[in-house]
Amino acid sequence: MRIRFAGDSGDGMQLAGARFTEASAIFGNDLSTFPSYPAEIRAPADTLGGVSSYQVHIADRDILTPGDHPDVLVAMNPAALMANLGDLQATGTIIVNTDAFTERRWTKAGYTSNPLEDGTLDGYTVLPVPMEELTKKAVEETGLKGRGVLRSKNFLALGVLAWMYNRPIEPTLGWIERKFGKDPQVLAANVNAFKAGYNLGVTTEIFRHTYEVKPAHMEPGTYTNVTGNLAVAWGIVAAGVAAKLPVFYASYPITPASDILHELSKHRNFGVRTFQAEDEIAAAGAALGAAFAGHLGVTGTSGPGVALKSETISLALMTELPMLIVDVQRGGPSTGLPTKTEQSDLLMAVYGRHGESPLPVLAVGSPSDAFETTIEAARIALKYMTPVLLLSDGYIANGAEPWQVPDLDALPDISVPFQTEPNTPEGFLPYLRDPDTHSRPWAVPGTPGLEHRVGGLEKEDGTGGVKYDGENHELMVAYRERKIAGIADDIADVEVDADDGATVLVLGWGSTSSAIHAAVRMVRTGGGKVARAHLRHLNPFPRNLGEVLASYDKVLIPELNRGQLWRLLRAEYLLDGIRLSKVQGQPFKAAEIRDKIMELIAS
Amino acid sequence: MTTQTTTRQDWQSPQEVRWCPGCGDYTILASVQNYMAESGIPREHAVFISGIGCSSRFPYYMNTYGMHSIHGRAPAIASGIAVARPELSVWVVTGDGDALSIGGNHIIHAMRRNVNLKVLLFNNQIYGLTKGQYSPTSEKGKQTKSSPMGSIDLPFNPVSLALGAEASFVARTIDMDRDHTIAMLEAAYDHRGAAFVEIYQNCNVFNDKAFQALTGKQERTENRVHLEHGKPVTFGPDDEHGVMIHDGTAHIVDVAEVGIANIHVHDAGAESPAAAFALSRLSHGPYGPTPIGVFRSVERPVYEDDLDRQIAAATDAKGPGDLKQLVTSTGSWVVE
Ligand code: SF4
Repeated sequence: MRIRFAGDSGDGMQLAGARFTEASAIFGNDLSTFPSYPAEIRAPADTLGGVSSYQVHIADRDILTPGDHPDVLVAMNPAALMANLGDLQATGTIIVNTDAFTERRWTKAGYTSNPLEDGTLDGYTVLPVPMEELTKKAVEETGLKGRGVLRSKNFLALGVLAWMYNRPIEPTLGWIERKFGKDPQVLAANVNAFKAGYNLGVTTEIFRHTYEVKPAHMEPGTYTNVTGNLAVAWGIVAAGVAAKLPVFYASYPITPASDILHELSKHRNFGVRTFQAEDEIAAAGAALGAAFAGHLGVTGTSGPGVALKSETISLALMTELPMLIVDVQRGGPSTGLPTKTEQSDLLMAVYGRHGESPLPVLAVGSPSDAFETTIEAARIALKYMTPVLLLSDGYIANGAEPWQVPDLDALPDISVPFQTEPNTPEGFLPYLRDPDTHSRPWAVPGTPGLEHRVGGLEKEDGTGGVKYDGENHELMVAYRERKIAGIADDIADVEVDADDGATVLVLGWGSTSSAIHAAVRMVRTGGGKVARAHLRHLNPFPRNLGEVLASYDKVLIPELNRGQLWRLLRAEYLLDGIRLSKVQGQPFKAAEIRDKIMELIAS
Repeated sequence: MTTQTTTRQDWQSPQEVRWCPGCGDYTILASVQNYMAESGIPREHAVFISGIGCSSRFPYYMNTYGMHSIHGRAPAIASGIAVARPELSVWVVTGDGDALSIGGNHIIHAMRRNVNLKVLLFNNQIYGLTKGQYSPTSEKGKQTKSSPMGSIDLPFNPVSLALGAEASFVARTIDMDRDHTIAMLEAAYDHRGAAFVEIYQNCNVFNDKAFQALTGKQERTENRVHLEHGKPVTFGPDDEHGVMIHDGTAHIVDVAEVGIANIHVHDAGAESPAAAFALSRLSHGPYGPTPIGVFRSVERPVYEDDLDRQIAAATDAKGPGDLKQLVTSTGSWVVE
C-alpha cells in the first residue's frame, strides 16, 4: 500500500508522513519513504511550486522502493491535487480537503473549474473531508485563536489515515505529547485534531473500508527507522569508536547534507566536535587540520561544496592524510535542483581534481546500507592515509526505511596506531611507505622526536622534503596511484544475484539499488531471467568486476545521470554497456527499469 | 607539558632556507626561532601552518610540526588543529596576499571565533612569489607589473580589519626590530585566544624600502609611535608629539601645546575597540607617524574551550557516548 501526503509546504505534510511511517514501523510493517519538498522555503501558498509531499510504502513483505504510483493520495489543497494526480493509480483513492477547493484556490493551482465537481476525479474513489471545518471544531475548546487553529489539520488527516490502516494511535499520541508538551494549547489542539480524524473514520459512512496491512516477515532482530543522513551521521560516530579516534566534523550548511551536521552536533557526549565553518573551503580545511592533529576528520556537503573543496582534497591527497568527504548529491550543475536527487557527481568524485590525483570513492546504496558503508569508507581513509569520497544522494538522505541494528560489539577494529618512534635508525621518515599498503606513517603533533613538515609541494620519496626533480615526481605519482589501485585487494568482490541462464546483467550503484531490485523482481515474477549486481566501491572497482561484466551478453546500467558509471566502465573494461539514464530529479520507477530489461531480454 | 630550555639551533630544520638574500623574512625567522628557544614551548607542541607565498615557506624552516598548505587557507586548517588539540601551540604564518586577499574570509572568521591561533602576517605590500603584482595592502597609485598606470585599489589597513573582525589581540611590529618583534611574539603567545600580529616586512626585490618611513635612521625616530599600555601615546625624538582622540578620530598634536594630561593614555585592555581603531587609522599605511605595539589585548572565551565545556556538559548530562543507545534513540522494535 502506497500512500502519499501532499499539501502546501506550510501544511505539515512531511510531519504527517513521518508520523505515519513511524507508527507503521512500530506496527511491524516493512516500509520505504520518499519525501519531496519545494526548493523555496515558503513558496506562495496554493501554487504548484509550493507543493510538498511525502510518500510511504508499507507492506507485509520486504519492500524496496517507495513505490511508483501511490494507491492513496491525501490532497490538502487544489495545487497538491494538480501536482500529484497524474501519479495516482488508475483506481486509487483520494482523501481530499474539500474546504480548500474555493474558486480562488483552484484557480491559483491552474484549474479552470472545480476539479471536485467537473469529472476530473471520475474513476477514483474520492473521500471528501472538510478538514478545515473539522479542525476548527476539534480545536475550539482549546481556546486557540487565529492562524494557529488550522495548523493542526495535518493531524486530522493523520487521524483519518490511522483509522483507515488500523495503525495503533498510542505511538502518535505519545509523540505529540513529547513534542508539544511545552505548549499545552498546541498539544491539546493536535491531540483533538488527531482524535477527531480517527473518530471520523469510526463514525462516518463515507469510510466504508479499512485496510489491513499485516506486519512484514523480517529477519529477527532489533530494527529502527533511518534516513540516509541519519545513518551516515551514526556511521561517522561509530567509525570514530571503531577507530578509537575522536570525530571532527566540519561542514557548511547545504541542502541536502545539513541534517548530518545537525545530528552530529547533538552528540558531544561522544566527544564529537562539530565545526560550522565560514564556507565549504574552510570546512574541508578544518577537517584536514583535525586529521593532521590525529582526529577522524570528516566534512560533509553536496556537489557545489565538493567543487569548492577540491583544492583541499588535493592537499589531503598530497600530504597523505586520512579524511572523509561526504557528498550528498543533488541535481546539478550549479545550484541546479537543490532539493531533488541525482547521481551526477560520480565523475567529479573520481576525476574532479587537478593533477594526477586518484582517491577512493564509495557510494551508499540505501538508508539501511549507509551505516556500514560509512564505516568502510573511514576504514579505507585511515588504513591508506588518503582522502575518501563517500557519495550519497538526496533520495537516500531523506528517505527512510527500517534498518536492522547490527551487533555493535562486533564493529570492525579500524584503528591505525600513530607512529611514536623514529622508523629508521637515522631518524623519522614521514614518507617511508608500508611495503604492502604503500601507506605512510601517521605521526601527530605532540609526539616528541617526530617533528616534520608536510605540504602541497611535491615530496621527496621517504624524507618528505620538498623536491622538484622530475624523476622523483614520476615515482611519487606512481606511488600514489598504486596505493589507491591496490585497495582493490582489500575490498569485497561484487556479488551477483543471477538466475541460471540469464544473459542480461543490471548493474547499479547508489540509490538506484532499490528500484533495480524491484524491477528484477518484477521480471522474475513474469518468468524472465536476469542478473543483478550493485557496486559499493566505485574507485577502485572490486577485483572480480571485469570477469563479472564479461560473463553477460548485455549489461544494463541505470543511473540518475547521463551515464557516468557507464563511461567509467567503458574506460576501464572497454565494456559496451547499455545505459538507462534519467535526470528528472526523481528516482527511477521500478517499471521503467523493468521495461528496459524486458526489451533487452527480448532483443 | 615538559618545559625544556632550548637553543635557536634546536628550532632550525635541516631544510636550506631559500629566500632572496636580504629579504626581511630571514630576520623574522631568526626572531621567531630565538623566541621559541626562550619560550619554554616544547618543540613537539609547536605547529606552524602557512598558506602560499614567500612568507609561507616559513614552516619548512622550523624544526616543529608544520604544514605548508594552500593559498589563503591556513587559518581554516590551523583552526581544525587548534580545536581538535587545544594543548598545542598553533601558529599561522601568512602574507598580505595570502591572508587579506584570497584568504580574507578565513582570517576574519578565525578572529571572531577567537580560536587560540597566533597569526603572523608578514606584510610586504606586494606579491613577491608571483614576481611583483600589487597586493591588497599596496598603496593606491602603485605602479607594478599588473598596474602599469598605477593601482586603483584602495588598500586594507590590516590592523583596522583585525579589530573590525573582533580580534581579541592585535599588534604590529617591524621585521628589522628584533627586540620589538620578540616582545610582540611573547605577548601574542601569552594571550589565550586569537592573536593577530602584523609584521612589516621588507621585500628588497619587488618593493624595497616600502617601510622606509619607519626603518630609515632619520625617519624611524620621527615616525614610530610606540603603544604602551597605560602610558600616554607620545612620539618623536623628544616625545614632543602626542595623540589625542576626539569624536572617534586620532589626531597628532604637540604635547607642549595641549599638555601631557590631555594626551590619550593607551589602554590595550579597553572593552571597546574604538580607541584602538582610531589609533590604527592614524596612518593608512606606513608612510608617516605609525603606531606599533599592542593595539588591543582583551580576555574573551576561547572557541575550543567553550567547545570542550559543551563536551563535558553533554557527557555529564547524558553519560559517555553509547552506540547502542544512539542507534535506538529514535525508537526501535524487535522482530522475533
Ligand atoms: S620576493 Fe621579496 S618577499 Fe619574496 S623572498 Fe624575495 S625579497 Fe623576500
